[in-house]
Amino acid sequence: MKRVFAIVLCVAMMLSMVACGGSKAPAAGDKVVKIGVFEPQTGDNGAGGKQEILGMQYANYVQPTVEIGGETYTVQLEIVDNRTTAENGPSAAAELINRDVSVILGSYGSGVSIAGGKVFEEAGVPAIGVTCTNPQVTSEYDCYFRICFLDPFQGTVLANYAYNELGVDTAYTLAMLGSDYDQGLVHYFKEAFTALGGTVISEDFPEGTANFVSYINNAKSNNAGVIMAPVSTNYAQLIIEASDAQGFEGSLLGSDTWDNNMVLESAQGKAVDVKITTFYQEGGNAEFDNGIKEWINANDDAKTNNGGNDMISAVTAMGYDAYFTALEALKAAGSIEAGAVMEALPGVSYTGVSGLIEFDEIGDAKRDAAYIKAANTETNNWDFVTVQGVN
Amino acid sequence: MKMNKKKTIFTAGVLLVLFAVCVLLDLTLPSYHIAVTVIKKATVYALVAVSMNLLNGFTGLFSLGQAGFMLLGAYTYGVLTIPDEKKATVYQYFENGGLPFSFTNIFGGIFGDKVGTVVGMLIALLIGGMLAALFAFLIGLPVLRLKSDYLAIATLGFAEILKAFFQWNGLGPITNGSNLLKSYPTFNKATPYVLLAGAMIALIVLLINSTYGRAFKAIRDDEVAAEAMGINLAKHKRLSFIISSFFAGIGGGLMAMYMGTIAAAPFKSALTYEILLIVVIGGIGSITGSVLASFLYIFSSEWLLRGLDSGTFLGINAPAVFKNGFRMAVFSVIIMVIVLFFRKGIMGDKELPDLLDKRPKSRKKKEAAGK
Amino acid sequence: MGQIIPYIVNGVSVGGQYALIAIGYTLVYGILRLINFAHGDVFMVAGLVMVYTTTALPLYISLPLVLIATVVLGFTIERVAYKPLRTAPRMSVMISAIGVSYLIQNLAFYITGGVPQPVTKPIPWISNNVELFGGSTKMVTLVTPVLTIALVFVLVYLINHTKIGMAMRAAAKDFETAQLMGIKINSVISMTFVIGSFLAAIGSILYFTNYPSVAITSGGMPGLKAFVAAVFGGIGSIPGAVVGAFIIGLCEEIIKGLGYTTFSDAFTFALLIVVLCVKPTGLFGEKVTDKV
Repeated sequence: MKRVFAIVLCVAMMLSMVACGGSKAPAAGDKVVKIGVFEPQTGDNGAGGKQEILGMQYANYVQPTVEIGGETYTVQLEIVDNRTTAENGPSAAAELINRDVSVILGSYGSGVSIAGGKVFEEAGVPAIGVTCTNPQVTSEYDCYFRICFLDPFQGTVLANYAYNELGVDTAYTLAMLGSDYDQGLVHYFKEAFTALGGTVISEDFPEGTANFVSYINNAKSNNAGVIMAPVSTNYAQLIIEASDAQGFEGSLLGSDTWDNNMVLESAQGKAVDVKITTFYQEGGNAEFDNGIKEWINANDDAKTNNGGNDMISAVTAMGYDAYFTALEALKAAGSIEAGAVMEALPGVSYTGVSGLIEFDEIGDAKRDAAYIKAANTETNNWDFVTVQGVN
Repeated sequence: MKMNKKKTIFTAGVLLVLFAVCVLLDLTLPSYHIAVTVIKKATVYALVAVSMNLLNGFTGLFSLGQAGFMLLGAYTYGVLTIPDEKKATVYQYFENGGLPFSFTNIFGGIFGDKVGTVVGMLIALLIGGMLAALFAFLIGLPVLRLKSDYLAIATLGFAEILKAFFQWNGLGPITNGSNLLKSYPTFNKATPYVLLAGAMIALIVLLINSTYGRAFKAIRDDEVAAEAMGINLAKHKRLSFIISSFFAGIGGGLMAMYMGTIAAAPFKSALTYEILLIVVIGGIGSITGSVLASFLYIFSSEWLLRGLDSGTFLGINAPAVFKNGFRMAVFSVIIMVIVLFFRKGIMGDKELPDLLDKRPKSRKKKEAAGK
Repeated sequence: MGQIIPYIVNGVSVGGQYALIAIGYTLVYGILRLINFAHGDVFMVAGLVMVYTTTALPLYISLPLVLIATVVLGFTIERVAYKPLRTAPRMSVMISAIGVSYLIQNLAFYITGGVPQPVTKPIPWISNNVELFGGSTKMVTLVTPVLTIALVFVLVYLINHTKIGMAMRAAAKDFETAQLMGIKINSVISMTFVIGSFLAAIGSILYFTNYPSVAITSGGMPGLKAFVAAVFGGIGSIPGAVVGAFIIGLCEEIIKGLGYTTFSDAFTFALLIVVLCVKPTGLFGEKVTDKV
């Protein structure tokens, strides 16, 4: 019996190998260029990753072909799940390389991007970071480019806004233990906020925390005027809930991860003041907004992945822009050769829905402004507040 | 006697062929190829699974602290080998972070860049293992007196405590707090992983076949009887725990090499469970089984069965069924089937050479009759 | 003084939630000597069922449905995954428990798509805010400990004064002799799983009303902490588990209040190790002689 079982297992493996091999063959007579999507679809960042992919899928739907060197290629998205965590990064990255992609988009989350970047670098395939904001992603690898702003920028923007616009001099920060994204942003926020003359109280919570009541009480007893918590969406919802229950009167400051319809839903009808920084403001480009809403509403899977409604998150807009940036690079390279695309990328200039995208010498986008939005707890929408720079 | 010789030749032959395949893959494929990547990951898992098997399968101590010891090994390796010139960028939030020396630079100075780096890496791995062993000794003093399930939960708790400490900003100048450690030297090819993990597993096999190994098995089978035979229970349990943790620490170091970045987050209890389930699939008490199961598990989850998650599998296109998470759901069902109906796993307690044994006819008949 | 009160109120409430889960652990351990690793995941599933049913159905249908679904799940787990292994070594049963936990999480993942599910229609009244000593908090914070203690009294009565309760006590004392005395051991075991799951479902409803987001790992930490509480109070003892849970809940919130937030989870485990080493029988546990 045991042996039979082992044999059955082996046969299953073999079959699946054949299946993999079979599915790889492109349709005959059609020129195909593959764009790899290196995103988490599972794990802590699964929700964000899926929304980012939505942008790329919509872009692919809008523009399924590209002219490269005078020939029309069909663009095929190769989506591989990196499961959020660094230990699954290398194998997911290798899987993408194995599928022979010309350029890679992603990932949501910097840690896994850094882990995958090593493989991309060795393989010589360029990658465009969509919303990974840690400076090290691009500074570490030549192959990595990025279209969003960086943690030092975002942290400073938040600090300036809190100190100058909200007029707060004591801030309470909350970050998850073990999340380099949270901790990095808090670090830069603290640096900028104390430089302005404010006081910062920082606390961490362990992964999986659901009870934020005591944290809010700590903020209250320290007379903090603002709680700055650059945490992932799930924790953001819980913090909003606890803040409302405990009657915290200051503002909740969030980062780009808060730009999510789930956060809005939590804030609806509550006595909270939520302000966030982000890459894109819905309504910034009517054509894109209407188009993607229509597409999401017509597509059940897309709607589920977007959290059940058609509100557009900034990461979706960024995913959309990343796709077109990749197409620009392919056009400029005039070839689907990864090496050529890598050489063409630094010279790419593209105006997307989130603004002009150009790269500096490290490979980072030149961006000098972030949008500040406020959650409207009555209409369940984001209200535009201001465009904030670092100065 | 003849059978034994045959067995040795068979074992050596199989191992040699496997090793040759690995070297061949390394030579023909680039280091970032998926086949090479999964071999690397699978060897690391194999080593850790074997180390866990030594404790759970051969000594009968149900410990769930493997992830914690791997964490120690991984961090030790990273902290010791990050080159001096990279420290400023790695410890970006901690001024003058990192140790004031780096094995990569020290041994690079003595033996030249290439050899020196490798020597530094190996020594760092070893120290990682020894640190894990030291912690195992300390935690073992109180904890090993506990009975099976209490031991499990205490070691699990210990791993969680370690994780909190490594993420604490107070230790940041060394561990980099919640941020990643990276830029340390790694092996790109699969062969070094196979060689290193293989050598470690060979050591474990030697240990199991020694008097110590027999004592471990005696404790597993019957503690009271073992004690009556003059086996010092406390000493042997402690020994097994320390040795297992040592190899888990080295496995952690290798894991760090494979990942290219170190954070405490991956070393959570889910990792321990995963490895435990690999051990169960392979057969509790079989080294060969653990290795085989690691390769099966990693190959299928990281490579061959990815189709289960992305819409198309075996040519069947059913995006509604084959969506995210289906792969893991299928895996867990398979695991439950093994746990409930094939409790011996793939290998039972047999090893590679035992495959040559013919099943006695009478037993076969009995089995047939039993059905 | 006014500053401490919110922490204590919150700590008592957290303790009540842990207590409801801890009873499930302690009952099962008392009879089977098994750490039911899947108990935390049963708790999580109850939360998920609540999210799905409350959005679709009116409360008077959805809440009983949550209780029924959870009880059925607990019962099924025992029948499918633990019963066949009754004569197997203890390690096999524990591995099976871990396997079930893994399976439930992965299935939940498949169903939810890995996205934490927010509770969009919270239960009215208990999710309202109330003013308390100048601060404010949710009603559920105040309801939880009261409800917990009421349920514990019912349970203790059940165990001390009914036939099934007597059977449970007998099975906990001596498994084999109880069988010999004509106690249907399987139905007794099923009953403990039913009670444990029922309480976990109530705990889940309260917990996710307070912290309205269900992730697939949501059950892990509360589950482990409740287990620690059960050990702390003396595993096998119901009052022990409840007292242990309240102590752990209080300690946790006070530690957070003192600013050691990084170690709020680590503390619980450190406490576990200390208790296990100093007094393995816990606060109220009976001294058990090991059967070889």
